[in-house]
Amino acid sequence: MSKIQDSTALKKQLEQMFRENSKLISSHDQPFISKAREEAIISFSDIGFPHGQMEDWRNTDLNKALSGKYTSLFKPGHGDQSIDQIFKCNIHELETDQISLLNGWYIDTKKPLVKQENGVISGSLAKAMEEYPEIFEKHYGKYADKDKDGFQALNLAFAQDGFFIYVPDNVVVEKPMQMISIINWSEGLFIQTRNLVILGKNSKITMVHCDDSTNEEAMFNNSVTEVFIDENAQLEHYKLQNLNNQSTLMNAIWFRQMKNSSLKSNAITLNGGLIRNYTHTVLDGEGASAEVYGVYLMDKSQHVNNQVFIDHAKPNCYSNELFKGILDEEASAVFNGHVLVRKDAQQTNAFQSNKNILMTDTAKANAKPFLEIYADDVKCSHGATIGQLDPEAMFYLRSRGICAANARLLLLYAFAREVVDKISIEALKMRVYDMIRKRLKGELNICDTCALHCDGPNKEILFEIDMTKV
Amino acid sequence: MLLEIKDLHVSIDGKEIVKGLNLQVNAGETHAIMGPNGTGKSTLALAIAGREGYEVTSGKIIYKGQDIVGMAPEERARAGIFLGFQYPVEIPGVSITNFMRTALNEIREYRKLPVLSASEFLGRMEEKKKLLEIQNKLTNRSVNEGFSGGEKKRNEIFQMAMLEPTLSVLDETDSGLDIDSLKVVAKGVNTLKTKENAFVVITHYQRLLEYIVPDIVHVLYDGRIVRSGGKELAIELENKGYDWIKKELSRA
Ligand SMILES: Nc1ncnc2c1ncn2[C@@H]1O[C@H](COP(=O)(O)OP(=O)(O)OP(=O)(O)O)[C@@H](O)[C@H]1O
Ligand SMILES: [Mg+2]
Repeated sequence: MSKIQDSTALKKQLEQMFRENSKLISSHDQPFISKAREEAIISFSDIGFPHGQMEDWRNTDLNKALSGKYTSLFKPGHGDQSIDQIFKCNIHELETDQISLLNGWYIDTKKPLVKQENGVISGSLAKAMEEYPEIFEKHYGKYADKDKDGFQALNLAFAQDGFFIYVPDNVVVEKPMQMISIINWSEGLFIQTRNLVILGKNSKITMVHCDDSTNEEAMFNNSVTEVFIDENAQLEHYKLQNLNNQSTLMNAIWFRQMKNSSLKSNAITLNGGLIRNYTHTVLDGEGASAEVYGVYLMDKSQHVNNQVFIDHAKPNCYSNELFKGILDEEASAVFNGHVLVRKDAQQTNAFQSNKNILMTDTAKANAKPFLEIYADDVKCSHGATIGQLDPEAMFYLRSRGICAANARLLLLYAFAREVVDKISIEALKMRVYDMIRKRLKGELNICDTCALHCDGPNKEILFEIDMTKV
Repeated sequence: MLLEIKDLHVSIDGKEIVKGLNLQVNAGETHAIMGPNGTGKSTLALAIAGREGYEVTSGKIIYKGQDIVGMAPEERARAGIFLGFQYPVEIPGVSITNFMRTALNEIREYRKLPVLSASEFLGRMEEKKKLLEIQNKLTNRSVNEGFSGGEKKRNEIFQMAMLEPTLSVLDETDSGLDIDSLKVVAKGVNTLKTKENAFVVITHYQRLLEYIVPDIVHVLYDGRIVRSGGKELAIELENKGYDWIKKELSRA
């Protein structure tokens, strides 16, 4: 079968690339990282790429993505280009500290790592590997399970650069950190970025992570992020995904949460050929809470797969999942939510919900919420809905003079809103509303700038009055 | 004539509900329609508003000289038809403010009127809220979501006040209203009444008609209007119920 051969071909190509470039790949390594790479490439050779017979991948077709032609860059490809030459990004009224990757490489080569007065460190993973071996020895590769699937192993073997953020104990970072990953290359790229984020005790930070394409080239980004959230620390993590239809994004995030820590994650998927968001969190201390949200708006033959695994390892923790999606044309979505409540995790509260609206007969949604409970004193619920727009509501709106198209827009917007409303940064929330509105109207493009800056055709928006401005 | 319904037949899922109904409403008039449960009052109202699935199998609904059968509901609304729903729908996530702004703008655009500025629009909201004694917190909420029965009905009249229609069909707007709310709603209707517009009020209770005084009262029974008269007819129905009409009909 040619398809399988194609993914085998890519596997062979990657294995060969690893051998041929291993010097370059490991040039910033501490010895233990090089060792981990060696083990990881063996794992990858053993398990290979995931396929449709695996439960978690059942409804996600990787064949096309894995049979593409890709090249990889084992050193930065942008020379002295500065980020401003590629794109500008600002969210109105939102000041952020911005760090950026271009084609998988940290772009600011002059200042690859910044240490602020309060001790916060941010910048390039490659540089941080050299400078902070003790942090890496403690955390790197410790939360992501390299044997979970071939992509995890592959990433550990290949990853050279990515974002590194370190927030010391007791430091509250006021400005959100914006992490922008831009792809702009003349051929199809296979990228493997890896991010490491450490939050010390009682610390707090907000991250806005944007994945954008700036052209229509195919690309494959296999990204792995590890996040350690120590006692009482708070993380808000927003992901904005606006990629071209030729893009594949495998996005795995592994959280480890200690006592009383809190995580709020929200993935906003606006465009992309094939996107898989894997969110894994271990609630590894009493009183920890994880809120994992997502909203996706897909059309054409786009596919999004949201996988959430929440491990209630300790008592008294809270988790809540809400994923909502609108699927048009031939688009498809998968939601797999797995909550594991271990034997000792009494007084667990875990909730899970996935709701989909299908706009056409050809759009597809698959939802599989799954609770695996070994403790007896728990409060858990799960639910999933797949449906169309409510015809009663449509008629009600139309009977007031609103045309069918706008009525649909109002209802879809209202549907998506429940997730967007959970964004706690007001300026970002407004921006996301705006993007969703544009997306629903078919006016959101893969702009030649970052999605957050993409104003598109600036048409007047009929609804929503900002009460603060009157 | 503002509205002329001629020998109207309406079926739902192939079942005939309205069976040859005639009704004429002039501008400046208020009509009341009464009748036992399940006789087709709401079906008539929804057919006038253009609800999908309410199939007009024969007859005409002539509004301002034009047969509106087959017209989209939004087109009817833009032409000035308003339905106060018996069971208003809850729409989570759509605020009343946005809803009304969108509706009003579309209607105005259709009528080639300039779009209201945000402050003009909000001024109008304030004025109508005052008229219907609606609290601010209600309009900031999602349309009908979690509203009490009475609040939903009051919200219907508020929307009517905002859109200023020419023909308003109010389907049991009085049911579920306490006596004070009833007075407020009636005051709203009476304030909006002009020589150019008309109201068709569907009700089970003569009490409403003490506040909104009809010119003509109709009895709808088994998909037809079987009797019309002055407001005394409503009092007679209140006292005697519908049995006497049913008897007379079966004798005829
Ligand atoms: N979707 C439907 N499918 C089948 N029958 C329906 C449907 N909607 C209404 N009907 C039937 O049509 C008949 C008339 O209903 P309608 O709601 O018009 O009555 P009504 O006069 O408004 O009653 P009420 O006073 O209780 O409001 C009833 O027998 C009802 O069951
Ligand atoms: Mg009725």
